[in-house]
Amino acid sequence: MKRTLTLAAAALLSATFFAGAASAKTFVYCSEGSPEGFDPGLYTAGTTFDASAHPIYNRLLEFKPGTTQPEAGLAESWDISEDGTVYTFKLRKGVKFQTTEFFTPSRELNADDVVFSIGRQIDPNNAWAKYISGGTWEYAEGMGFPKLIKSVEKVDDLTVKMTLNRPEAPFLANLAMPFASILSKEYADSLEKAGTKEQLNQNPVGTGPFTFVAYQQDAIIRYKKNADYWGTAPKIDDLVFAITSDASVRYQKLKAGECHLMPFPNAADVESMKSDSNLKVMEQEGLNIAYLAYNTTQAPFDKPEVRIALNKAINKKAIVDAVFQGMATPATNPIPPTMWSYNQETKDDTYDLDAAKKMLADAGVKDLSMKIWAMPVSRPYMLNARRAAEIMQDDFAKIGVKVEIVSYEWAEYLQRSKDKNRDGAAILGWTGDNGDPDNFLDTLLGCDAVGGNNRAQWCNKEFDDLVKKAKVTSDQEERTKLYEQAQVVFKKEAPWATIDHSLAIVPMAKGVTGFTQSPLGDFTFEAVDIAE
Amino acid sequence: MFGFLLRRLAVLIPTFLGVSIIAFSFIRLLPGDPVALLSGERVMSPERHAQISAQLGMDRPMVIQYFDYLGGVLTGDFGSSIVSKKPIIDQFFALFPATVELSLCAMFIAIVLGIPAGVIAAMKRGSIFDQGLMGIALVGYSMPIFWWGLLLIILFSGILQWFPVSGRISLMFYFPQVTGFMLIDSLISGQKGAFASAVSHLALPSIVLATIPLAVIARQTRSAMLEVLSEDYVRTARAKGLSPFRVVGVHALRNAMIPVITTIGLQIGVMLAGAILTETIFSWPGIGKWMVDSVFRRDYPVIQGGLLLIAGIIMTVNLIVDLLYGLINPRIRH
Repeated sequence: MKRTLTLAAAALLSATFFAGAASAKTFVYCSEGSPEGFDPGLYTAGTTFDASAHPIYNRLLEFKPGTTQPEAGLAESWDISEDGTVYTFKLRKGVKFQTTEFFTPSRELNADDVVFSIGRQIDPNNAWAKYISGGTWEYAEGMGFPKLIKSVEKVDDLTVKMTLNRPEAPFLANLAMPFASILSKEYADSLEKAGTKEQLNQNPVGTGPFTFVAYQQDAIIRYKKNADYWGTAPKIDDLVFAITSDASVRYQKLKAGECHLMPFPNAADVESMKSDSNLKVMEQEGLNIAYLAYNTTQAPFDKPEVRIALNKAINKKAIVDAVFQGMATPATNPIPPTMWSYNQETKDDTYDLDAAKKMLADAGVKDLSMKIWAMPVSRPYMLNARRAAEIMQDDFAKIGVKVEIVSYEWAEYLQRSKDKNRDGAAILGWTGDNGDPDNFLDTLLGCDAVGGNNRAQWCNKEFDDLVKKAKVTSDQEERTKLYEQAQVVFKKEAPWATIDHSLAIVPMAKGVTGFTQSPLGDFTFEAVDIAE
Repeated sequence: MFGFLLRRLAVLIPTFLGVSIIAFSFIRLLPGDPVALLSGERVMSPERHAQISAQLGMDRPMVIQYFDYLGGVLTGDFGSSIVSKKPIIDQFFALFPATVELSLCAMFIAIVLGIPAGVIAAMKRGSIFDQGLMGIALVGYSMPIFWWGLLLIILFSGILQWFPVSGRISLMFYFPQVTGFMLIDSLISGQKGAFASAVSHLALPSIVLATIPLAVIARQTRSAMLEVLSEDYVRTARAKGLSPFRVVGVHALRNAMIPVITTIGLQIGVMLAGAILTETIFSWPGIGKWMVDSVFRRDYPVIQGGLLLIAGIIMTVNLIVDLLYGLINPRIRH
């Protein structure tokens, strides 16, 4: 039996070798899940964007690789009116859409494509607003596009004008996000004519570095190099996503040479990956935060000194070690260090149980009992909330605070934790969308978000004025200063205990070059190469 | 035989309705709201929530939703996935061949090894071989599939590198799917090495999926054989001087097969349940993995549609087994 198996394996290996020698340069990415579809506007998941928005499409602006800084993409340049409400984009000339088995473009990118791609997401009466049954523009909705954008108009073939209802500084960063990908209007028209509109979500055509070839559901997505790409041509000929949902199996595939790069390893495997001479491991702080949000409307948590006292009793190092096996860093500010305007000067509340006890006594708090809400699911920013809550419970007991840990089913948890009358402090977190500080500071801590994303129910005028002012200021230096001040106010008021920023770990084969880790957590392969 | 068939078919209708009620109501009893999950940590406004619920028809009373759903199912419309927005029936039949291929291979392994093992164990009752074999069967029966699969991957793919880790065929090969069965498609493609690659990808998941049915079939065959071997007609056959091979192979085995075939039929259900885990470990793009993903996303239409289709298939298989049973044992027909 053993001999037969060995022979079969040898035959297979030789077959594979000969097949491989003749084939082109293929890069295999062991992705973590199946894309929900290929029209990025319809979805919100990173897994879907990695398979659709990044390889196939471009946006008016693109994030500069490795940063959260938007730079010119399909728009070569843009003007912003004095009052910050009119954006005029000059499109790049000569950008070709991909030629595929199912579509051959007859024209280059023009303003119609931009009007089509954005217009369908903001206008419920657009002919393509409901082209797919049950489809909604969840991300555009979440970023407030329908209310923010008054109109998107074609000025001439290569000029688009977008008018906003109010000035919004993060708008350019929003346009660099996957949901704002530019699709071909000509292709959409041809589908409409053929009566197969839903194909737009299954057989995508874009201007990006890779052309979609085929998707075998839940198994493989194939792309080939876009020979007409307007940017720097990819160095690999074929890109393959081998969908592998189990992290241990992804690691085995990487070790066996069945893929070149994988996302989201198990924390427990990282040490052995680092010591494997055939692999290399990249790591970077993710654009995320995990926090414990007090309900600042309820006594005694309405007093900043009580919140700071509790913060001093949280051993973040122990949480990072126990929950992440070191694959995270304790958080000081409400935004991650990779984000612009991160305030390096703020000091974290040091873990000091005696000081915490004294502060509580000074605030007149005795025999405090509280609830800590622990999320029931593992998220990138918090792998095991119950474990983190137990560590807090243990430390809080040492300063005389009795903790009861509660949890609910995930959707229920998200819902109930919003409640203004919530009893207890809730562990939750956030992963950034566009790298703009507004996306953390105003979204999670602004007065408008009370009863919603602002789980601390915290409305502080000083803080809110700073972030609201930054939102309508176009000058980035000025915005940086405002956000830095806002972080000082945050630390002084302590509506949250900031817990951690997890590290994004990317293991890959030694021969892989040119991969840049994105702080936004995107996986893009247009610059990667494999050493022969 | 025709009356028998009709009677069996009549039983299927209430069973199918029962399954549809269970599939429909049980998922809704689970906590979790698919609409809220669409937006994750980002808070969805109550108006937006109401709007999407209305769009999905989920704001109506449960009973109306059920009958609406049932009406759809009876006309072949199982609805569309909340997540991928694709019709469920299309997705199901795109993925189903992969599950069937895996299950058939696993069943083949389980039958080809399980029946002879059970027969030999029965013939050598009490021997070391018998005890060893039944011990192994017990271990196989109690093996957690998830752990067993990972163990085989680490040993045979990681350390020994005899088999690929996961997937259905080497990524080198790319050809259109004609039947959806990789073994057949790889042969049709005519590409050198494709078939060998498909076989090597099928090996480990089939072994893992075959483990429990193999153990059950071996144990069932053994006990059925033991019973039959002590029957008078077997003693008579022996007394007539027939060769042991004829006694066991012809006289005993055919009668012992009746409970074994029932067991095999029941194992189809067990196998589809096992396929859920096996497919998840081996990234095998079948309906098991699809269903698991859908449960996590609370994709109601996929879960209920998938369950109904699977239940329908299991019922059909059981019907065929019953008919087969009738062929082997004429007394059953009446």
